[in-house]
Amino acid sequence: MAAPRARLGPSPAMAWVFLAPAVLLLAAWMVYPIVYSISRSVHDASGNAFVGLANYGAIFSDPATLVTIRNNIIWVVVAPLVVTVLGLIFAVLTERIRWATAFKLVLFMPMAVSLLAAGVIFRLVYEQDPDKGVANAIITTVQGVFSGDQGYPGARPRENDAAPAALREGAVVTKQQVQPGTPALIPLVGLSPDAVAGFTAARPAAAGPGLSGTIWIDTVRGGGGTVGAIDPQERGLAGVTVEAVEGDTVRAATRTEADGSFRFDELTSGSYLLRLPQSNFTASSTGVTWLGPALITPAIIGAYVWVWAGFAMVLIAAGLSAIPRDALEAARIDGATEWQVFRKITVPLLSPVLLVVFVTMIINVLKVFDLVFIIAPGSVQPDANVVALEMWRVSFGGGGNQGMGSALAIFLLLLVLPFMAFNIRRFRRDER
Amino acid sequence: MSDATFQRGPARLIDRFGGGVLQVLLILVAIFWLVPTLGLLVVSLRAEADNNSSGWWTLFAKPAQLTLENYGNLLASGFSSSFWNTVLITVPATLLVIGIAAMAAYAFAWIEFPGRDALFLVVIALLVVPVQIALIPIAKLYGAVGIFGSIAGVVLFHVAFGLPFAIFLLRNFFAGIPRELLEASRMDGAPEWRIFATVVFPLAKPAIASLGIFQFLWVWNDLLVALVYADTENQPMTKALQSQMRQFGTNIDILAPGAFLSLIIPLVLFFAFQRYFVQGLLAGSGK
Repeated sequence: MAAPRARLGPSPAMAWVFLAPAVLLLAAWMVYPIVYSISRSVHDASGNAFVGLANYGAIFSDPATLVTIRNNIIWVVVAPLVVTVLGLIFAVLTERIRWATAFKLVLFMPMAVSLLAAGVIFRLVYEQDPDKGVANAIITTVQGVFSGDQGYPGARPRENDAAPAALREGAVVTKQQVQPGTPALIPLVGLSPDAVAGFTAARPAAAGPGLSGTIWIDTVRGGGGTVGAIDPQERGLAGVTVEAVEGDTVRAATRTEADGSFRFDELTSGSYLLRLPQSNFTASSTGVTWLGPALITPAIIGAYVWVWAGFAMVLIAAGLSAIPRDALEAARIDGATEWQVFRKITVPLLSPVLLVVFVTMIINVLKVFDLVFIIAPGSVQPDANVVALEMWRVSFGGGGNQGMGSALAIFLLLLVLPFMAFNIRRFRRDER
Repeated sequence: MSDATFQRGPARLIDRFGGGVLQVLLILVAIFWLVPTLGLLVVSLRAEADNNSSGWWTLFAKPAQLTLENYGNLLASGFSSSFWNTVLITVPATLLVIGIAAMAAYAFAWIEFPGRDALFLVVIALLVVPVQIALIPIAKLYGAVGIFGSIAGVVLFHVAFGLPFAIFLLRNFFAGIPRELLEASRMDGAPEWRIFATVVFPLAKPAIASLGIFQFLWVWNDLLVALVYADTENQPMTKALQSQMRQFGTNIDILAPGAFLSLIIPLVLFFAFQRYFVQGLLAGSGK
């Protein structure tokens, strides 16, 4: 009677009928390629000559791939952390608003958008020209409001021997040394009388101690006026930065008044060259060069965070809603501050979810490809390069070395192995 | 009673005051998240000359700039064929994954066979395998079989790489179906494929919807696989647009409407099925 296990159900053979298509696809498209790639990675570009681990050695010795690895490290250190922390903050804060669903939907929406489209979207955001890129438009507007720094693009000294100042490396510098007591005159041209019509009339610096002078536009509408002298209709340039230079050192700096005059009260003796730095003559602010070599990786990580923060928020919010309210309420009634509740109760209880989000992001970041490929302009791509992109580039995008490509693919696989183990352990624990 | 009010009173007050700041802060965050996509939409609806001379935000001062000209030009340039390629790749790749994964998940959940647990652990291990590992070997394989460049090759690649997640998700869902339901059918002598098709599959609709929307979005939004395996006549929208990126500055009148067209269907699906999307996310993170 006591059969060890009364089993109702089909024979094991039936299982293989159901499994066959999946097993076939997984074996041919995933398992076989792993084996093939290992063998391909120890051969050269042609695939004929065995080169041992030379391709792997090249990954760690070639300066170009070292940049890729450096970038991947930046990605792995920064992106998962920022995404998880932002997700946590948003998840906690949305608990306190009525329109939480709408907020979540807005943040979550980029997940539906292809990374290519996200890339195009952020290429637009990061456009250098403040009249095209919204990021620089905001930055230059804010800077303009707070600094009051006036830019006079186009303003320049006359180019003749009689002119008291000349252009030197973008800056305007007086030709002669100037001394306190004798107000300096720095006439500029290059702005039309119409453009400066609204400015205050130029005036010579008032007499007194200290190095002083005037910077103004030395042209009159319809011509006339004396070259090099301040005529009544001529306008001063306000807010121009002036530096007093002795030898190679800047001794003092100041800004012109509305009438174009300036004074260094502290410089009562000595003789100096006056320099108007180039920043006076660029548009008031050009914003940030997001897509240049220096900022390209942070800029792309910004786009990545835009895509993934909603994902983290939704997962963490689900974990949050599973936390027993009683525990939080009890702590609040005991007089704990919101911050203490958050630090001592919410975060520890959420730690399993936070870990899952964090690990998911690391795995995802290791494979980041599309955003870098799309956002980084061609000329900057070597500076923004990551392993997954380099793998494609070297194998298909003109690199022509599939031995190296295979080594990079295996390298990527090795990087995700710890997370493979993490997933398996998590599954085993959940099943128990 | 009065004690409770005493406790709650100040907290409420702080909540109300802090609440205003919080509302404003979160509204700003939401705007921050919306503006980039809005920018793409507006740029796609402005004439090239306008885009070159002023920022898209000037639209709010001069709404007359709006025009469908870019979309008209884009469709006239043959972009619609890449749209259909995207559909022809995405729909079969989604349906095949659902069918094949459901069968395998059924075996894992409800048929006992030797090595079942070990094989399932292999599936979990494959969850994180990067597609890069298969690009070169499968290119060789497709070359040998003669499907390199074809839509079929792209579809099969997406099906294979979609399977681990799909099997994982569906197996976990199937395992939660009450044993009695299956055993009753088995007692009646129903064949296994019929139990699968008439009992389990219909019950699993929510899980299948989650899987379906995920797979659809992955395939629809893929660039890398198409870049390697689809030749020009079979290329989906992502690859067609990528080929325009080199001239980003001058091609924005093609790129902006193209990118927007490529994201409108996923967006509609996403809003329609977001419940399933979130469920799938909760069930299957870790990939």
